[in-house]
Amino acid sequence: MIQVMLWLPLAAALLACLAPRRAAGWVAALGAAGTLGLAIALLAGFDSASAGIQHAVDEAWIPDLGVRYSLGVDGISIFLVLLTSVAWFAATTWSAIRMPERPKTYFLMLGIAQTATLGAFISQDLLLFVLFFDLMLIPFYFLFGSWGSDHPGREGEGAIRRSPATIKMVVYTLVGSLLMLAGAIATGVIAGDGTPVFSMAELRADPLGEDSQRWIFWFFAAAFLVKMPAFLVHGWMPDAYRVAPLAVLAVFAAVLSKVAAYGFLRVVLPIFPDATIQFQEVILVVALASILYGSVMAFTQTSARLVAGYSSVAQLGFITLGIFALRPDGADGAVLQMVNHGLVIVPLMLIMVILAERTGGDDITRMGGLALRAPVLAALFLVVTMALLAIPGSANFIGEFYILNGVFQEKIVFALIASIAMAMAAYYALRLFQHAMHNRKRDDVESKEIGWREGAIVGALVACIVGLALYPGIVLERSDESVKDTVSAVQEPSDEVAARR
Amino acid sequence: MDFQAPTIDYAGLSPVIALTAGLCIVLLVGLFRTAPGFMPALTLSVLAITAGLCIWQWGENESLVEGALQLDELGLAAALIAIFAAAVATILSIREPSAQDAGQGAFGALLLGSVLGMVILAQAQNLLSFFIGLELLSIPLYVLCASAIRRERSLESGLKYLVIGSVGSATLLYGFALLYGATGSTEFGAIAQALGSGGLADDSLVLIGTAMICVGLAFKLSLAPFHQWTPDVYQGAPTPVTAFMAVATKAAAFVALVRLFQVALGPVADDWNTALAAIAVISIAVGNVGALGQDSVKRLLGYSGVAQAGYMLAGVVVATQTGVEALVFYLAAYCLMNLAIFVAVVVRERETDRGDDISAFEGIGRSRPWIAWPLTIGVLALAGLPGTSGFIAKLFLIEATVEADYTWLGVAIVIGTMVSLAYYLRILSAVWIKDEPAPAQPPLPAIAGGGPLARLDGLEEGSADVSCPKGSAGPLGAYRCALVVGAGVICAAATVAFGVYPDPLVDWATTAAESLAPTL
Repeated sequence: MIQVMLWLPLAAALLACLAPRRAAGWVAALGAAGTLGLAIALLAGFDSASAGIQHAVDEAWIPDLGVRYSLGVDGISIFLVLLTSVAWFAATTWSAIRMPERPKTYFLMLGIAQTATLGAFISQDLLLFVLFFDLMLIPFYFLFGSWGSDHPGREGEGAIRRSPATIKMVVYTLVGSLLMLAGAIATGVIAGDGTPVFSMAELRADPLGEDSQRWIFWFFAAAFLVKMPAFLVHGWMPDAYRVAPLAVLAVFAAVLSKVAAYGFLRVVLPIFPDATIQFQEVILVVALASILYGSVMAFTQTSARLVAGYSSVAQLGFITLGIFALRPDGADGAVLQMVNHGLVIVPLMLIMVILAERTGGDDITRMGGLALRAPVLAALFLVVTMALLAIPGSANFIGEFYILNGVFQEKIVFALIASIAMAMAAYYALRLFQHAMHNRKRDDVESKEIGWREGAIVGALVACIVGLALYPGIVLERSDESVKDTVSAVQEPSDEVAARR
Repeated sequence: MDFQAPTIDYAGLSPVIALTAGLCIVLLVGLFRTAPGFMPALTLSVLAITAGLCIWQWGENESLVEGALQLDELGLAAALIAIFAAAVATILSIREPSAQDAGQGAFGALLLGSVLGMVILAQAQNLLSFFIGLELLSIPLYVLCASAIRRERSLESGLKYLVIGSVGSATLLYGFALLYGATGSTEFGAIAQALGSGGLADDSLVLIGTAMICVGLAFKLSLAPFHQWTPDVYQGAPTPVTAFMAVATKAAAFVALVRLFQVALGPVADDWNTALAAIAVISIAVGNVGALGQDSVKRLLGYSGVAQAGYMLAGVVVATQTGVEALVFYLAAYCLMNLAIFVAVVVRERETDRGDDISAFEGIGRSRPWIAWPLTIGVLALAGLPGTSGFIAKLFLIEATVEADYTWLGVAIVIGTMVSLAYYLRILSAVWIKDEPAPAQPPLPAIAGGGPLARLDGLEEGSADVSCPKGSAGPLGAYRCALVVGAGVICAAATVAFGVYPDPLVDWATTAAESLAPTL
């Protein structure tokens, strides 16, 4: 079943290439719906008491190189798989409604992207993970480049053109990923005797020596931090976010950054435990810097896309903070927060499509008064905004609470500073909402209700947010065992490190 | 004094014999007037027969002609790559102005001559046959480069290649002479024995000889800092010749290099592996940086070829079984992906008046998907992105370097790859992101027209329609277009297939590398 789920989006996309032009989108949407169904079935058959890998598939792929085709889900990845399916289903259906130019190639790329992302979440072989992680990026290069639009830019700054912006994105992220490839190969070769070993379970059971861990850790951390993006390596983000097509940006922002955070949990913590403990504070500082920088930038931006982009930087900082608290409650919160943030970003980006259509751009100073004749749109947007700012009662609040709780017990200073950022989130989220929906309506702004088909998609996503707010336990209960298991790897440092402390 | 004729295993020598005979036939038949398309077909059938004989001899492992040649899978693997590249080049050369000028017969014969040189070179087990193979490979190429006699660039390219190639050959020959002086033999096995008996590792003759051999081969392989001719020659030569030269020469020369260094110079590996590692790193740096500013796709591929040669050299440096496996895998994968790109270059050269400038590719993602996709896949594979054989090839190579404690070389490959993205993505961005400029000029009359190729009538009508919209039917003609585009599509499809299911190619490379096993 897990294999069908992995390859279905790609198969549907290839089928869509054969289908007539008009039907291409719906074939792809059907594939995404099927994937979502399978992901739900996977969750239904999930045993929450076990920390191990479930629905495992393990076959030889390239025996000479020691690479295995090894798949499976645990309590952490299952929800990210679900998030991926939900996000892609929403984006694919949305795109099918608003048929893009050259739909066949568009949906083919979207399908490849989904398969690659799912693959990254369910790989249990280190090299397979790296392969999917790198593959993920290629379709987005084409999607951003071919279907994006040149951004006029703000005053005093030139237009942002698609081609350089996408090249910048790919080069930035691939620089990280390629280092990770080298790191992964080194890990496998050093760990194996003769034939390299890339199985994550085996690598975890028999970690590398501390010296090797130390440098390989940074190869992996580089890849993940760039992908997130974290502060200092986020340079690709502003340009790429401004040129990307919004429906694609929805899945990109919602899911791809989570792959990076997931990578920390799945690869770095268990396989490089000694290095993780050693560099814990460095990563915490980076995370904290991301939170503060992201928040400050988010409330100075006038581009709605960048408000969302920088808020993601801040949120991912929070998630990283939770993971590197190296305590089960911190990591629990991080997992919950990954799902939350993904669920918030997708409807936010889709609503931005509407905003852009009604106001002709993404500049929030030129918006206003949209709520006048669009109460439903306003209501949906309001729920999303509330979730974004993590109002008490939302699942985001619970996620952040868990994270801060974990960090408080480990590093109290970091937690105190991070909590300031929660207040900033309220400011930038409300500012976005207010500028767009309230204020005086400008003449060139058209206040019109959201269409029923679009409304249904956004509505369904908002329903997910509300549902998760009412019962966040659905995630926490199932992920807890796996999280504890993952974090236990770094709670029992090897004797060498313990002695030095 | 009795002269004893060497015993010759004709079966083992059959690929060489078939090529020689085919070469003569093609040259002689080319003197007569034949239907257009007949000469390329004849050339292709010679290549097909040779490939069949190579496959027939696969698995044999013996010494031919008193140790002049060594018949083994490694040599045959390089021969097969060269033959495949020659076949694609022949298809690309149909109605190519340069081939018309030279006469299709002469063009085919020169191509076959060069392939013959490659087959001999890849099997050479003796310094003399090594040198003969190398010269046989090079001299037809000098002529082929200059075969577009109406284009100044092409003549310049031929001349430049001739001058620099000769310097390289002379250096190599000098090195051989010194090596012979030190060891008293021209045979690889005997040289290894002499070197292995000890005492010669620090011998100045051996050191200088090895260094000169390195330099001579580096010229041929376009390794930095001996690469200066590469971009000029690549750009000036007719594109089918460039395509052939880029992949086939590399395959044959690398296999010869690995055989020479592992078999003959294996005992003094400590003398040369640092030097080769340095050349590899310099090539990676120079090639990737040089390619950044290029607007001509052929020049760009020339520089990228320098960098790729640097990556491949890493497989030789490590001097392990895995290294050779990785090298053979890389050569085969490189052949497929590069040819996929060159097909697109040839098609666009004939369709537009912008030659091989990067702007000739703008917007073809929309208008010409059947060329754009192979090109895209080829470029992604060169960049080593997953889902293509390029990724597996890099993976293989990096694994080999890490295994042999050359991790820094692996990291150099990775860093080179990062830089290379900048220029590979420029091509992709032209193809997919930029819009097609104003309609191109009407097709050049010189290459337009001509009777349809009767022999190719059997090709699917459908694919010809998809790949060549009406406007372009002039320059290439629908059937020829289908043939050319088909070659690109096959190369690209194979690149993806080996990226997803690399096992057959891995096994093939492993078998080829095992023939060197006793010396590693």
